[in-house]
Amino acid sequence: MENVLLEMKGISKSFPGVKALKSGNLTVYKGRVMALLGENGAGKSTLMNILSGVFEADGGEIFYQGKKVSFKNTHQSAGCGIAMIHQELNLIPRLSAAENLFLGREFTNRFGKLDKKKIYQKSQELLKKVRLDIPPDTIVKDLSVGARQMIEIAKSFTIDANLIIMDEPTASLVDRDVERLFDLIAELKKDGKSIIYISHRLDEIFKIADDVTVMRDGEFVSMRPIVQTNEEQLIEDIVGRKVGKRYPFVKGVRGKKIFEFKNLVGKNIKNSSGAFYEGQTVGFSGLVGSGRTELARAIFGAYNLSGGEFFVDAKSVKIKTPKQALKCGIVYLSEDRKGDGLVLSISVLGNTTLSSLKSLESKLLKINKKKEKSIVKSLIEKLYIKTPSGAQIVKNLSGGNQQKVALARALMVKPKLLILDEPTRGIDVGAKKEIYDLINELKSAGMAILMISSDMNEILGLSDRVMVFREGEITANLEREEASSERIMSYAIGGVSSLRA
Amino acid sequence: MDILKRNKPFIGLLLLCVAIAFVSPDFRTTGNFLIILRQTSINFIIALGMTLVILTGGIDLSVGSILAFSSAVSAWLLASGYHAGLAICAALLIGAACGLINGIFISYGKLQPFIMTLVSMTIFRGLTLVFTDGRPINAGENLTFEFVGNGYIFGIPFPIILMIFLFALAYYLLNWTRFGRYIYAIGGNEDASRLAGINVEINKTAVYIACGILSAIAGIILTSRLAGAQPTAGTGYELDAIAAAVVGGTSLAGGIGNIQGTFAGALIIGVLSNALNLLKVSSYYQTIVKGLVILIAVLIDQPFGRKIVMTLLQKIKGRKL
Repeated sequence: MENVLLEMKGISKSFPGVKALKSGNLTVYKGRVMALLGENGAGKSTLMNILSGVFEADGGEIFYQGKKVSFKNTHQSAGCGIAMIHQELNLIPRLSAAENLFLGREFTNRFGKLDKKKIYQKSQELLKKVRLDIPPDTIVKDLSVGARQMIEIAKSFTIDANLIIMDEPTASLVDRDVERLFDLIAELKKDGKSIIYISHRLDEIFKIADDVTVMRDGEFVSMRPIVQTNEEQLIEDIVGRKVGKRYPFVKGVRGKKIFEFKNLVGKNIKNSSGAFYEGQTVGFSGLVGSGRTELARAIFGAYNLSGGEFFVDAKSVKIKTPKQALKCGIVYLSEDRKGDGLVLSISVLGNTTLSSLKSLESKLLKINKKKEKSIVKSLIEKLYIKTPSGAQIVKNLSGGNQQKVALARALMVKPKLLILDEPTRGIDVGAKKEIYDLINELKSAGMAILMISSDMNEILGLSDRVMVFREGEITANLEREEASSERIMSYAIGGVSSLRA
Repeated sequence: MDILKRNKPFIGLLLLCVAIAFVSPDFRTTGNFLIILRQTSINFIIALGMTLVILTGGIDLSVGSILAFSSAVSAWLLASGYHAGLAICAALLIGAACGLINGIFISYGKLQPFIMTLVSMTIFRGLTLVFTDGRPINAGENLTFEFVGNGYIFGIPFPIILMIFLFALAYYLLNWTRFGRYIYAIGGNEDASRLAGINVEINKTAVYIACGILSAIAGIILTSRLAGAQPTAGTGYELDAIAAAVVGGTSLAGGIGNIQGTFAGALIIGVLSNALNLLKVSSYYQTIVKGLVILIAVLIDQPFGRKIVMTLLQKIKGRKL
């Protein structure tokens, strides 16, 4: 076909001990967005790294603009107009936007002195192109994740890219920034640029992709124009089997009130009160920055409050540190697995038992390792954690499995109230489903669950009750029957009447 | 292969010993090995504490000053005629107190460990100089106290026995207790540890206290061996202790390492200086050799160094074929 920009055929790649890619195929058309889907470990990233020259392929062929190519490093691929925007952004936080944009490609005069004026002007043009309304000398550290993403994209213009690879660009974006990104993608398309778009969010794919390729276990599974497929079919391709309903709701049986918070006040928390009941999942909804996470962390003693009261089983308790919260039967799983959710440098076993080591102590403070091993083994089986053994270092696991290790740690404490902050962020469809099933199972067993999520479908699909946040306030406390995405959004954004219609 | 990888420092130690044994007959005697172990004991005991601190992601530069301060106080108590037990207890208390000060400022005051212990290093040294008036203190004769540094049990020098006992204790703490797990967790990710319900501040403070006490024990051994205290004793010991930990595979970033490695690291340094002495290498050259060995040991752990080793190995193999 004439409008084919890139064709990768039968790409294979092995790393010591693993065959990461058996046969990767990918075709990208000019001026179109190709979505690339697959579970974590399906080989998407390896394929993209081969394309951009980070790795060399063991086998297969790449045709780019009609010519056979093979890139030995990222300089070569960039020279041909291929830009990759990584999941973990590669900007230097302490430098300005302009300095980042032209890092390594600075304009200088004859004596090597930086031509700051030219850099500034050019940056201004580029930032305008991505509709980022900031002065070029803004320090990157002070920008939102969304703005940083835009700078990364602007950077791809400096090499005049024809093909832009975006690896989960929306994973940590706020809704408003997502919209901005989509507008920009549409514009790039108009200019005849092509985009490879990797994401776990299916609803996004249907919004912006023109074609979709699915990979599984290092192999090509399917390629279709987006208009000829649907969510169900894609999930089936990704997972390799029928999954059933995405959000398998099980109605909770409301038990006794086990936790109550009254008049909490703190930074971004305005006089909030509420309660949690056994056997119920409460969804915390609202925009990022609306105070959801702050309140959840305050309940767990990990956020400073200037006032408020807590009650466990109707008795007043003090919760000032996570340690005290754990004693009250509360566990919190962070939204930021790498930041403060897990200790990546220690083993699956070490992470799993970290919060409950005291219960494993015997004489002379000695840890009963035999008991520990058997408990961890049963949790690994129960949560389907894919790991060679409990001794595996957590860093080496995929995102979904890391999240399950965090869950295993929480379950080992046998909490009464389980707080899950964005429990499925950046996790593939299969693992997501397993986590949903687990949440429902725990709820049915009588646990109270608090789930924070930015994914509206997740909130509606799993919650018995939804608390909506806006600017540090709980603006609504909706029963499942009353909740709808429109209603939740209206409470989250404000201006109820205008959105009702 | 896995066993080889895990015991890299010990393999290095073994290779070093074999190589030296070939060139120096004096080296390969039982007596000399006991001398090496006894000489290593002071550095290793400090390095034990240092390893714990480094595992939590910190560093303690004040160990040498703590050693000197506790040494001076114990020597003064002995010289004033007090009982050896009292002198030892006082030294240990001073070690613990110094560690507590470090720990509190680092954990609760949120000071960088490097900065805080740099400060306390100079302050504790200053206290020692003020206390001794800059002059050595002669401890006088005290048989009980002399036993610590010079005594033997079943023909084995007491410092070696003490060192092995502390090694075993630290090993137990690190591998079999909650405290040990917390040390690795805090070094790996302090925020995550806090959210997992660990009292990070108390545990970190405890580690600095342990390091202070271990430095004081090293100070007691030194005082006993020299039958007195020098106000400048222990200068530069922090670097030897850090070197032992690092050569033994402990990561300065925290969370990774173990004390078996530190033991091998301390012995590598001990064997090396012993051998260089036996071979009558000038002490000026000795420091250069020591530095180079540390460089090689650390380099092997990096991708760059590994590449060099691999190509060398392949070349050797190629020649044989």
